[in-house]
Amino acid sequence: MAESYAIEMRGITKRFGSIVANNNVNLNVKPGEILALLGENGSGKTTLMNMLSGIYKPDDGEIFVNGQPVSIDSPEDAKRLGIGMVHQHFKLVDVFSAADNIWMGKEKAGFVLRKNRYDDIEQIANQFGFELDPKKKVYNMAVSEKQTLEIVKVLYYGAKILILDEPTAVLTAQEIRKLFDVLRTMKEAGHAIIIITHKLNEVLEISDRVAILRKGEYITTVDTASTNEQALTEWMVGRKVDLNIDRPQVETTRPLLEVRDLTIENDEGAVAIDNVNFYIRGGEILGVAGIAGCGQKELCEAIAGLRPIKSGQMIHKGDNIVGLTPKAILEKGISMSFIPEDRLGMGLAPSMSITENMLLKNYREVKGPFVDRKSGRAAAEQVIKDLEVVTPSTETPVRRLSGGNVQKVLLGREIKAGPNVIITAYPVRGLDINSSYMIYNILNTQKKNGVGVLFVGEDLDVMLSLCDKILVLCHGKLMGVVHAHKTTKEELGLMMTGALDLSEKYENKPAGVAKDTLFTDAKGGETDGTSDHEA
Amino acid sequence: MDKLGVITSFIHNILVFNIPLLYGTVGEIIVEKSGSLNLGVEGTMAVGAIFGYIVGCFTNNLLVGILVAFLASALCGLLFAALTVSLQANQNITGLTMSIFGVGVYFFLGRTLRAADAWPMMNDYENIKNGFADIPIPGLSEIPVVGHGFFNHNILIYLGIAIAIAAWWYLKHSKPGLRLRAVGENPGAADSVGINVKRMKYLHICLGCGIMGIGGYYMGLNMTGSFNSECWINGYGWIAVALVIFANWNPALAIVGTFVFGFFNTLRVSGSSLAAAFPEVLGWLAHIPTQLYQALPFIITAVVLVISSIRNKRGGSGLPAALGANYFREER
Repeated sequence: MAESYAIEMRGITKRFGSIVANNNVNLNVKPGEILALLGENGSGKTTLMNMLSGIYKPDDGEIFVNGQPVSIDSPEDAKRLGIGMVHQHFKLVDVFSAADNIWMGKEKAGFVLRKNRYDDIEQIANQFGFELDPKKKVYNMAVSEKQTLEIVKVLYYGAKILILDEPTAVLTAQEIRKLFDVLRTMKEAGHAIIIITHKLNEVLEISDRVAILRKGEYITTVDTASTNEQALTEWMVGRKVDLNIDRPQVETTRPLLEVRDLTIENDEGAVAIDNVNFYIRGGEILGVAGIAGCGQKELCEAIAGLRPIKSGQMIHKGDNIVGLTPKAILEKGISMSFIPEDRLGMGLAPSMSITENMLLKNYREVKGPFVDRKSGRAAAEQVIKDLEVVTPSTETPVRRLSGGNVQKVLLGREIKAGPNVIITAYPVRGLDINSSYMIYNILNTQKKNGVGVLFVGEDLDVMLSLCDKILVLCHGKLMGVVHAHKTTKEELGLMMTGALDLSEKYENKPAGVAKDTLFTDAKGGETDGTSDHEA
Repeated sequence: MDKLGVITSFIHNILVFNIPLLYGTVGEIIVEKSGSLNLGVEGTMAVGAIFGYIVGCFTNNLLVGILVAFLASALCGLLFAALTVSLQANQNITGLTMSIFGVGVYFFLGRTLRAADAWPMMNDYENIKNGFADIPIPGLSEIPVVGHGFFNHNILIYLGIAIAIAAWWYLKHSKPGLRLRAVGENPGAADSVGINVKRMKYLHICLGCGIMGIGGYYMGLNMTGSFNSECWINGYGWIAVALVIFANWNPALAIVGTFVFGFFNTLRVSGSSLAAAFPEVLGWLAHIPTQLYQALPFIITAVVLVISSIRNKRGGSGLPAALGANYFREER
């Protein structure tokens, strides 16, 4: 019975040139229901949803809203039909206040901007159960605040059908819980909700049904209650996938990178990293855990030479690297790849092709004034092959690739340079399972080759099974370095919030200081000499 | 001339010679706030100038002249919008082309009429001449020294300042102004809340260009329509583009900017009379080569660009974030 669906899509096909993004896709969602849309990166989930929000028009197929056939030609049409989408990259005007971001789309709001719009917006937000400072400018907002604003915005416009594109990719565990509470409340109020996510545990937790796409094809829709992670993964990937993350045992070397008493300031001049010690050996993965924004970015930038440090020392194989240029640090074999929250920012030039992005890193190797495209193309082909990057060609601009493929290109390029220390921050941010595991495998391969890996991560489960040791930060302070196989999620959680401080656990062995340190003024080391592993 | 009279006429001249800059700047601010960078101010003003002048004279009606100048330049804006908004042409190149095209149209029309001996002389048209005469504001214009300088001007000077203030209010305090700014900052965001990005851009590019056209018309009138080898606009359009940055995309600050630039610009013309009136204090003005005066506005532009880029913290700058980028909804 078509009438019972808030949204029904039948036989939707969308092509971009010769690429078929969606092929004959069927999808429906009832009022008061949460539908999870599951699929790997590049499987056409966002494209499909953009046809509901009026960004794209389907080449084929029909869309019904509340049983009526509709044609959605623009976001304006979608808004009128009560469809609201929270895009993965927020559609907000940075320099506007929260209220103005909502107000700009309000119909019949009169000619004059009045001060009472702030109260109006705040009142509506409270009514929906959100906290929102209507005068706060978007550029001063944290990611979770921006997301709240986006949700309030579409609700304010009267959306009955809510689409959220990867809303949890940038949120902390607590924020996700809050978001899910909100979604459940809205579901009870009769909203139809479609949520795109890669995280299977979230799918199982929040959704009533799951629709699965694979490479643009519609696979199936199942009731959440009657399925599990393994089955979903197989539908999504099309074959069996081992969900265990490997942690190979590798002979470790003496410390490659050692950091002593490091203090760094953030852009505002506040202390971001406060007197931190740690070291990375070759053949190990050191995880960095911490609540978002507690100095991870500053730490990565400082090691890569992109940010001056306030005090402290950093040595690489015994040589000082403080004050070196990023280029000199790169030449020592320290590479850094940082995936920022918006996933586009750092490391790659979006409008340049994969080949050109490869050349950005190694153009210096070729003598003379000419660019050696051949080597760049070969490198691009290699990365595409090794990491299974989905792209039409090596000459495709990077911004045209889906998020996961962009990240593969970035990491692939860093690894190609043959580093001995890899700093990687959020390398699987927003990636689907298959791509995430591929990234874990890449890191493990590097580890086996004797590379030291600093892995700044978000997902504690992943860090517990992938990393050898985990360094925990709380407001820029070191809370301790623990062995991944000896600790628990709960212990890490306590350390991240500052409730548990293990940095002084061992009197003769301060956390983060290697016993076989290459610092010449070795303090704290060589007391027993039995093992270089603390605890 | 008495000494105070020199100061009075200096102030008076600042406005008389430089008000077209205000028209050009305010027009360009409105265009740029929609996210479009139109470098064709010079040409757009030239087109408004020549059409406004010719039709105004032939109809012997100043208001018709103003309207025709506005419409002719708005048409230039329509062409620019069609090329950049609908056909997605590069804005920089289209703008430069518009400059060359507009000045070309100006000379084509002017020379054709001159050759046909049909060039209208402004002094033959009473209504235009009288309409352009100074109108003292009662009371205010009688203030000693500054009264005549600030409050005794022709109708187009008052109109220019009124437009600047109205544009400031529109951008800051009106709902369409908010939507316009949204389009210039993030067209994707504006589009997603149902704002018709194309329509906003078309409307404001035409409106802004029309305003520039009135400024062009003014320049023709101020030179009593004398047509010679140099275009009336004579680089003012280019300075207006820089003044937009000086004014930080704020039409109210554009008035201040016009005064600052106008001050130095007027020194070039009236520096020698200031030097003669105050030989002890300002005598050195007479020894500065005119080339330096001519360079001054551009030197100041450079200084201002440096200052504004230092000040340019997020939120502090009025630069529309999407300026110069064409918007295509399906862009991935």
